[in-house]
Amino acid sequence: MDSARRYEHEDGPDSGDRLPSTVEQSVKIWIGGGLGVGKTTFIASVSEIDPLSTEAAMTDLSLGLDDVTLVPDKVTTTVAFDFGRITLNKRLVLYLFGAPGQERFRFVWDDLLAGSLGAVVIVDTRRLDTSFEAIDFLESKGARFVVAVNSFEGAQRFPVEKIRPALALSDHVPIVNFDARNPSECSSVLLKLMEDLQTTLYPPTALPERP
Amino acid sequence: MSERVPGENPPDRLYVLTGGRTEPATTRIELITIVVARSAPQLGDPPEWRRILNLCSSPMSVAELGAYLRWPVGPVAVLVEDLLKKQRVEARAPGPTAVLPDRALIQEVMDGLRATL
Repeated sequence: MDSARRYEHEDGPDSGDRLPSTVEQSVKIWIGGGLGVGKTTFIASVSEIDPLSTEAAMTDLSLGLDDVTLVPDKVTTTVAFDFGRITLNKRLVLYLFGAPGQERFRFVWDDLLAGSLGAVVIVDTRRLDTSFEAIDFLESKGARFVVAVNSFEGAQRFPVEKIRPALALSDHVPIVNFDARNPSECSSVLLKLMEDLQTTLYPPTALPERP
Repeated sequence: MSERVPGENPPDRLYVLTGGRTEPATTRIELITIVVARSAPQLGDPPEWRRILNLCSSPMSVAELGAYLRWPVGPVAVLVEDLLKKQRVEARAPGPTAVLPDRALIQEVMDGLRATL
């Protein structure tokens, strides 16, 4: 399923789902792709808690102040988005936010991307076109991202050299095959993103030549 | 235990409590900002404050607060700002909001992820 449960209890998380009191820093990664490509499956696989869902609103204020005075009732569009969490060590926690698939919810993509380490675009080879939108968006933002090709059961693993031209991807964007139901493979996708970020931002300095 | 308010209609009450504010006025509060209560709820605190303070008895992100309270994140952030100003909670700043995360942080994330493999 491509939706996380809405939390039913208002008392908060079980004690096992609480963060350690030593957590002092948080980072996030944007998870995108078309409807049904496996975003929530991915998040559920790697998250240490059941994926949660919360809502963001695009208020009438976003539409322009002048319009508000003309509209007697508050007009608000809200969109729910799913997210998960990985406590990386006693002080650092990583959040994974699933960007809602439909283009009409694009207003929330920006908010979810802002300040993130980078992004993952999940692709279903049976419906490549559904992830074009997310790729265009990230390229327009200059965001670092990896393309993760979800190998659904029975679907053949596509060679990277066929996927890159089909998605019109630049050479520098890493492409990985994975199965969104496999936690370890999902972690590897995130690791690939971080490795790419590391080598891009901080290229290894050339070793001095041996005498 | 967190406070239960019978018959409460969160969105309307939230609208009153936030005075229609949809985002924090001066403080940068993000989805992943970690909020921690500095003290337990006190007599006279609005129920919404009590619920946030109870949830934040251990560190919790604004996104998680929104999910558990079932409120949109905008009003959650507004109330967190109010609580910050009253010094009832502390906010632990998120990671890089700038364009470039530093090298040590990237390494720390990678080490953490490798441990999940």
